[in-house]
Amino acid sequence: MLAIARQRMLGQSFKKILPAVSVLRSYSSAAKQITVREALNSALDEEMSADPKVFLMGEEVGEYQGAYKITKGLLEKYGPERVLDTPITEAGFTGIGVGAAYYGLKPVVEFMTFNFSMQAIDHIINSAAKSNYMSAGQISVPIVFRGPNGAAAGVGAQHSQCYAAWYASCPGLKVLSPYNSEDARGLLKAAIRDPDPVVFLENELLYGESFPVSDEVLDSSFCLPIGKAKIEREGKDATITAFSKMVGYALKVSEMLEKDGIYAEVINLRSIRPLDRATINASVRKTNRLITVEEGFPQHGVGAEICASVVEESFSYLDAPVERIAGADVPMPYAANLERMAVPQVEDIVRAAKRACYRSVPLAATA
Amino acid sequence: MALSRLASSSSSSRSADLLKPLCSAISLRRPISTDTTPITVETSVPFTSHQCDTPSRSVQTNAKELLTFFRDMALMRRMEIAADSLYKAKLIRGFCHLYDGQEAVAVGMEASITKKDCIIAAYRDHCTFVARGGTLLEVFAELMGRQAGCSRGKGGSMHFYKKDSNFYGGHGIVGAQVPLGCGLAFAQKYSKDEAVTFALYGDGAANQGQLFEALNISALWDLPAILVCENNHYGMGTAEWRAAKSPAYYKRGDYAPGLKVDGMDALAVKQACTFAKEHALKNGPIILEMDTYRYHGHSMSDPGSTYRTRDEITGVRQERDPVERIRKLILSHDLATEKELKDIEKEIRKEVDDAIAQAKENPLPESSELFTNVYAKGLGVESFGADRKEVRAVLP
Repeated sequence: MLAIARQRMLGQSFKKILPAVSVLRSYSSAAKQITVREALNSALDEEMSADPKVFLMGEEVGEYQGAYKITKGLLEKYGPERVLDTPITEAGFTGIGVGAAYYGLKPVVEFMTFNFSMQAIDHIINSAAKSNYMSAGQISVPIVFRGPNGAAAGVGAQHSQCYAAWYASCPGLKVLSPYNSEDARGLLKAAIRDPDPVVFLENELLYGESFPVSDEVLDSSFCLPIGKAKIEREGKDATITAFSKMVGYALKVSEMLEKDGIYAEVINLRSIRPLDRATINASVRKTNRLITVEEGFPQHGVGAEICASVVEESFSYLDAPVERIAGADVPMPYAANLERMAVPQVEDIVRAAKRACYRSVPLAATA
Repeated sequence: MALSRLASSSSSSRSADLLKPLCSAISLRRPISTDTTPITVETSVPFTSHQCDTPSRSVQTNAKELLTFFRDMALMRRMEIAADSLYKAKLIRGFCHLYDGQEAVAVGMEASITKKDCIIAAYRDHCTFVARGGTLLEVFAELMGRQAGCSRGKGGSMHFYKKDSNFYGGHGIVGAQVPLGCGLAFAQKYSKDEAVTFALYGDGAANQGQLFEALNISALWDLPAILVCENNHYGMGTAEWRAAKSPAYYKRGDYAPGLKVDGMDALAVKQACTFAKEHALKNGPIILEMDTYRYHGHSMSDPGSTYRTRDEITGVRQERDPVERIRKLILSHDLATEKELKDIEKEIRKEVDDAIAQAKENPLPESSELFTNVYAKGLGVESFGADRKEVRAVLP
């Protein structure tokens, strides 16, 4: 795994990667574009600058400049006391991070991918998530666990799992997943400022993608609210919920569906826990059809929770059964053709949306 | 004798004191003797070390300290025995891990440090909590799941905390508290607090991988972390020689120095902790192995006699009991009479009984408490009961 990361890094080291400062320099009237990587880097930089209690910890975050270059330049700027390279011992360093948070510091712990967080999951759940409750508010845990989550490209079964459903089922945690650069900046800043443990699920394939950002987003005080989904695109015929990379797919799908006269409303969840049930249900009450999209395993997934919520709150508004698009119910294969079948594709989402739309019973028939 | 005069003059105020509400922590710390003339006592056995020097066997103490040790340990002893009865009366539910026999570790450690130093332990935490300033009412109320408990009834026996005294619990997952403790030490160093963290664990936890991971990082980063193995020789029902290829826990740190200490000797514990604190502030992590013993089984569901002989248990009680050791020391140095010590024990019994009575009267938490403290900042988010159409709440 590290060999692949290093190969990718060698390729990227020849590209010029903009240091954090240039993000804020230009104020042209045309919308500025920044990559998700730059967005995350600038968010970390600004929060570290604003609060001396914030520090970073993880494998290769310092001298290597970050396995995915998210923490580039930060060791130089803040020094080895605030940007700490750890040995490859997730259980140990995650426990240390949580202990530091008990004392009142604000650690940002990086997992090189969330697959490795399983080695530390006891600390995330039992040491971090539950402490405020068990201590009746004495021990709060202002920690952020961040890193790439879900499928990358060709990395195989042990490096491709999506952990959104697992972490989001646990009370006491907040679970966020950004899609674009605005999400990345606003949600990471919110996560670092939040006094509770936050699991921050990024996506490796999005790091290099550029998105337009307004001046407001680039301001160091910018922050997004936790627990609020964003309606990326309004529609009236069907609601598509998604998070992270799948938001991009959902937006593409909505463009394609328009040609067939179906106007889909795309909801970018942003926050998996707390889940913005209000926005989702309001949307379904408007469109009467729901397609949930996620990359992770289908059973007991995020889509399952969204479906249950809509069935409980908005049953009589549904004109069709809820459709779920998720990763295939198999460990991630390596061969390119099988891998393609194991993750949702745009065509899958389009098909599900059309199913949802053609299954409706005309209102007149029920009268 | 100055002491007996002091004792008798305070007896009239004693009854007045007993009428004071027991939630006042002052009653636990009433000065028994103010005599601080130094006395030197030898520890029971010399210290053994790994990769470091040993502290001297001669420990400086005084009458005030010895009497405080006696009182505190006798209080802890009585408290744990009372908890045993409450558990059998079904007033305490779930898990209850008792510390009687190990009191010297809690008391000796506290004597060597300040409240700026942190302590973190696992689930055998009642006495450590009291040593850090917790009250009897907070203990019994928490054990019985009442509002006056230190965690307002939401934690239970394994989850006592006292953040204002830097006591961080109270953890149910064996071994997890060690990396957490190293994290506390990290934060102390980061904040330049010139203080240390004692992370307590048992011989059962000593083989946990995360301990070695945390020790490695602590040594690399020179963290002021003191790992204290309370070796009571049994990890639940498994004797140390069946669980550890090398039960010389003070040596298991390899590159990290270690000290083996008689954990039944409060003065040896105090000496070792003083030594360790100085070491950790300058040189990073150190391991202390406290050779101690628990009279009860692992928990209330373990009789404690299927894997060890009753002779062994009574043998330790006769030869090495920590409270008896201090009693003998006090008597042999003429610091108090036998009657005075018995009076203290009577007082303690009454304090414990009163605290239990008060705790029994204390109410269970309000139903709304089901939904408090899930988050520090609830964001107005909704949460649900078992039947979400019946019970919903907004998280504060």
